[in-house]
Amino acid sequence: MSTVQDSVSQTAAGAAASKKSMTIGTIATIVVLALLLITPLFVKNFIIFQMTMWLIYAIAILALNILTGGSGQFSLGQSAFYAVGAYTAGIMMEYMGVNYALTLPAAGIICFLFGFLFGFPALRLSGVYLALATFALAVAMPQLLKLGVFEHWTGGVQGLVITKPDAPFGLKMSQDMWLYYFTLFVCLVIYVLAINLLRSRSGRALMAIRDNPIAASAMGVDLPMYKTLAFGVSAAFTGIAGALGAIVVQFVAPDSFTIQLAIAIFLGMVVGGVGWLPGSLVGSAFIVFVPNVAESISKGLSGAVFGVLLFAVIFLVPHGARQIAYIIEALFQRKSKS
Amino acid sequence: MELFTNQVLAGIATGAIYACMALAVVMIYQAIDHLNFAQGEMAMFSTFIAWQLMQWGLGFWPAFLLTLVISFVGGIVIERALFKPLTNAPVLVHVAGFIALFAILNSVAGLTWDFTIKQFPSPFGSSGFLGSQLISTHQAGMIGVTLVLLTLLFFFFRYTRIGLAMRAAASLPESARLVGINTSWMIALGWGMASSIGAIAGMLIAPVVFLEPNMMGGILLYGFAAAVLGGLTSPFGAVVGGFLVGVFENLVGTYIPGVGNELKLPIALALIIVVLVIKPSGLFGRAIVQRV
Repeated sequence: MSTVQDSVSQTAAGAAASKKSMTIGTIATIVVLALLLITPLFVKNFIIFQMTMWLIYAIAILALNILTGGSGQFSLGQSAFYAVGAYTAGIMMEYMGVNYALTLPAAGIICFLFGFLFGFPALRLSGVYLALATFALAVAMPQLLKLGVFEHWTGGVQGLVITKPDAPFGLKMSQDMWLYYFTLFVCLVIYVLAINLLRSRSGRALMAIRDNPIAASAMGVDLPMYKTLAFGVSAAFTGIAGALGAIVVQFVAPDSFTIQLAIAIFLGMVVGGVGWLPGSLVGSAFIVFVPNVAESISKGLSGAVFGVLLFAVIFLVPHGARQIAYIIEALFQRKSKS
Repeated sequence: MELFTNQVLAGIATGAIYACMALAVVMIYQAIDHLNFAQGEMAMFSTFIAWQLMQWGLGFWPAFLLTLVISFVGGIVIERALFKPLTNAPVLVHVAGFIALFAILNSVAGLTWDFTIKQFPSPFGSSGFLGSQLISTHQAGMIGVTLVLLTLLFFFFRYTRIGLAMRAAASLPESARLVGINTSWMIALGWGMASSIGAIAGMLIAPVVFLEPNMMGGILLYGFAAAVLGGLTSPFGAVVGGFLVGVFENLVGTYIPGVGNELKLPIALALIIVVLVIKPSGLFGRAIVQRV
């Protein structure tokens, strides 16, 4: 697991960055936030929809970042948690008439339990074996959702259609735009929660496990507890992303949650930089927009173009977007010194 | 009882497919310590090359041998060009690289040979084996080829200098380098051999599942399951694991009510998880002891 460690051990360096770079970080945050707030006012509904999906995937990638970047565990099975979240939202809204906003915490709690339980067998595994076990979970999930036993609730292969919520308080806003701002709000809340989690006592315990499990347990960190907890939290956030995704797409079906979704989330994390939370947005942009770009370059070869672009990213910036951020930061520091 | 024997025999026949694939998976795992998620697509690509050669008028066996050579060279080229620069990169980046390779191979094969399914000839014919209704000559041939391959691999690793060098490079790279083994090229060799074994698996499987760019999706998963069951460090275990998974899958489908075709895959996957949890090193694998 030392290789994972290499890529994320700079977190401490990042936290202890100089005040100068802190201001650069703050400026960047404000600019990004302002752009996120203003852009939807000027673009078409379809682009707003895509931006919403971008934020939703960013949440899912953030969740994986907590698991992999935080505790050094590895998952190719995030699509399973995403699916559980999506179905929770769908079933609650369509069969129980629950308000869409209330389905998010419910999806979070259910996925937390699900992830926590899956974390137990995963405890014994690491590296490739854990990747394989979670991979198996992701592949099995669509088949399980199609099972006749659950068909009454899940709608089987057909899936569930969800009604799109209107903007509340008589706001004059299109449904897409309201959902975008709603997603943005959820996204910010989760981001703040995630940052605080990683900076807390539990977050430090997780990082200690990632860097050296034996030393961590010698210091009194309860390994099984924290490892399963990391799985639970990651699953909970992924589930919330899944619920949001279901509400925005207005449709859940088993085949939307295949292994490809899990792979996309995983790729987003690698591209954004493992363990670097702001990178989730960059990684998410990569998985949402690059396939479109690839398709516009060549229809038949879109897969190949995507693969080549991915290789380009891996070769040029193996640590993902965080590496670019550090380069920019270093440039600014040199400028301010001279 | 007859139903039982029939199902076991049929299971062994499908198991041979998984065993072939598992063998390729284990080969590369030995060489680079990673599971190659693009292994199935590499095998599929090789099979298409064989098909193309036959379309150009070559006989089955010349095309077979030529494909093995091309796959071997191709595997080495992929390693040299794409994965050697990543040697020191984190494990996650490796996985991303495999996924990129998967996407490229699948898309290029789809564009070159399109997605319609193609017949692939069998060198063994498809009549009943020894007059039996249960196993065709092709399936018997497949089992035979798998066993021959396993034997060859055993002798290669056990009794040749280069096999010994590959084992050394895989288990203790630094010490191996000190005694003068070019470990970097041993890895390339491992890629080449895995690619050729994958090609054999692909060409044996293609007459059964037909040839198309997505033919390997499910099979690779069973291959992984087989490799894990037998132990990722043991080629012998991989083959036994392949046969076991095939038989297990068939028996579960027959005897446990409610398990139709659609539940077979989740059951194979549940098998992976159960084996990993109970005995992570697999049935025949060595437990890896780490020094801290």
